[in-house]
Amino acid sequence: MSLQVAMPKSWRVDTKPHKFCPGCGHGLVLKAVGEAIDELGIQGKVVYGCDIGCSLLSWDFFNVDTIQTHHGRTTPVITGIKRANPEVIGIAYMGDGGGYAIGSQHLVNAAARNERITVILVNNTQYGMTGGQMAPTTMPGQKTETSPYGRDPEKTGYPTQGPEMVAAITREGAYVARATVAKPKQMKDFIKKALENQINGGGFSFVEVLSTCPTNWRTNAEDTWNFVEKEMPKYFKVGEIKVPESRHEEGK
Amino acid sequence: MPEKPIKGEKRYFMTGNEVVAYAAVMANAEIMYGYPITPQNEIMHYWTRMAPKYGKEFLQTEDELSAGFTTVGGVLAGRRAFTATAGPGNTLMQEPISMAEAMRLPIVVVVQQRGGPSTATVIYSQQEVTLTTIGGNGEGFRIVYSTASHQELFDYTIKAFNTAWKYRFPTFVLGDGYQAKMRESLTMYDPEERGQKMIPTEAYVGKPGVPGIDRPPGQYRNTYNVEEEIYEVVQQYTREFNAISPEVAEYESFGTEDADLVVVSHGVVFRAVKEAVKELREAGVKVGYFRPITLRPLAEKELKEMAGRAKALLMAESANGQLARLVKDAIYGATAEIHTLYKPGMGISAEDVAVRIRSILG
Repeated sequence: MSLQVAMPKSWRVDTKPHKFCPGCGHGLVLKAVGEAIDELGIQGKVVYGCDIGCSLLSWDFFNVDTIQTHHGRTTPVITGIKRANPEVIGIAYMGDGGGYAIGSQHLVNAAARNERITVILVNNTQYGMTGGQMAPTTMPGQKTETSPYGRDPEKTGYPTQGPEMVAAITREGAYVARATVAKPKQMKDFIKKALENQINGGGFSFVEVLSTCPTNWRTNAEDTWNFVEKEMPKYFKVGEIKVPESRHEEGK
Repeated sequence: MPEKPIKGEKRYFMTGNEVVAYAAVMANAEIMYGYPITPQNEIMHYWTRMAPKYGKEFLQTEDELSAGFTTVGGVLAGRRAFTATAGPGNTLMQEPISMAEAMRLPIVVVVQQRGGPSTATVIYSQQEVTLTTIGGNGEGFRIVYSTASHQELFDYTIKAFNTAWKYRFPTFVLGDGYQAKMRESLTMYDPEERGQKMIPTEAYVGKPGVPGIDRPPGQYRNTYNVEEEIYEVVQQYTREFNAISPEVAEYESFGTEDADLVVVSHGVVFRAVKEAVKELREAGVKVGYFRPITLRPLAEKELKEMAGRAKALLMAESANGQLARLVKDAIYGATAEIHTLYKPGMGISAEDVAVRIRSILG
């Protein structure tokens, strides 16, 4: 008897198993995205964009309309689609290099313009697809291919605090949170809220997700989990950072 | 809300940038994405003034990368979308244009050339020919119309939308700072009143129905795993581009049948060439001209025939032979002597051309 793995309805079964490395966090994030799409009943309205880097491997992941773009350019492509057809629910899915380095100007300006899109940014502290180079999110002291003796903040600065930056430049109506694959239920909750905020016409919605990359971290299962669960949150605080005012009131 | 700003046909006297904005409205363009750069700015200025009156949208982006990629998004959503740029902006825009090439996305880009390299001048040049025709990391699967008058700016901006959506290759209107800023008379019209139907657009994403249930998902990529995959894609695009080239290519020529010397030029320089050739012909000098209207694809067959007959060619352009490189490639094997009149970043007058022709013919 084979074990039937529960897949979100919005996943494409014919493109599974997926193409990510064993132990990669992308599968967990994409499962949360899929479940959120299912629960919100928006499979027919979502336009999903994926970036360059490991995120591009999700170009045929869902049974939703999908566009694979260039490194850092998913934000403007989804922005362009949403501006041209406000009926769609636009999801821009990218890594930390795409969002915080090569595409940072797009993230900053889309957030500042309060584009009605949802950006999901997976932070695994380095460039995965290109072989583990230092990223804006690499932790102080962390060894990568371009910081082989450990990241020296004196020379290369401190890790980018993405959601904090986005929260600082967005106005009321934006939704900003940091989730982690170590807390899947919370991760799904944040992603769902980010999508709901777009559905409600709120404003720019942004979720960073702390994730794993055992291949480039060169970690075993225990060390991988330890890094994402214990080490990363020391610098990257998990939780909701900005929620629309109306939600505060609902909670009263 | 009035549907269109122009009913019937009317004569106007206005700048080229204003003409482009009107042409885009008359072509039923739905959304423009743009970033300020001289000398294309007034296209955005006039578009944004007309937009709310005619139900059009505009997004000013953070740079030309974003202007290009949001235009890609607009086309993916099934809208007649366009942008405009120049010089260093054209350089940045090569990235989104290469994605549009790779995915056969019918974006329309208006380029008003300025001086180069780098920031250079904001006034005029013909130095963006190489960049516009074959820029980017790819094979130049693009269609480029080089205009020489305000009437052509109007006609070819309208035509560019139909060419793009018919063949699904990125399509360009290549003007320059002189055409952008100069005022000139032209006739503007509603293309559909003239029987010129606008080709319907089609959404790539966000179509009705639930993907996987009512229809397959629309999924588009520009990344491939192995050499054979990308080779097959490029081969197919090459075959399709070559197949449509004869019907897309446009040119005009005069006096090439018996000319001792044929002047090859494009865009605004062609105006000077036309005047010089006409004057010299009237004076009994056997000269002619060949003017490619599409710089990509070129009218290769006609160019080659012309170059096979003519004793000499004079390549005249406000660049160091950017058009000449394309033409020489097309006419390879022809025996005509090649002379040049290159003034990179500088205008060329009819007198410049006439003096050069007389010095060649002696």
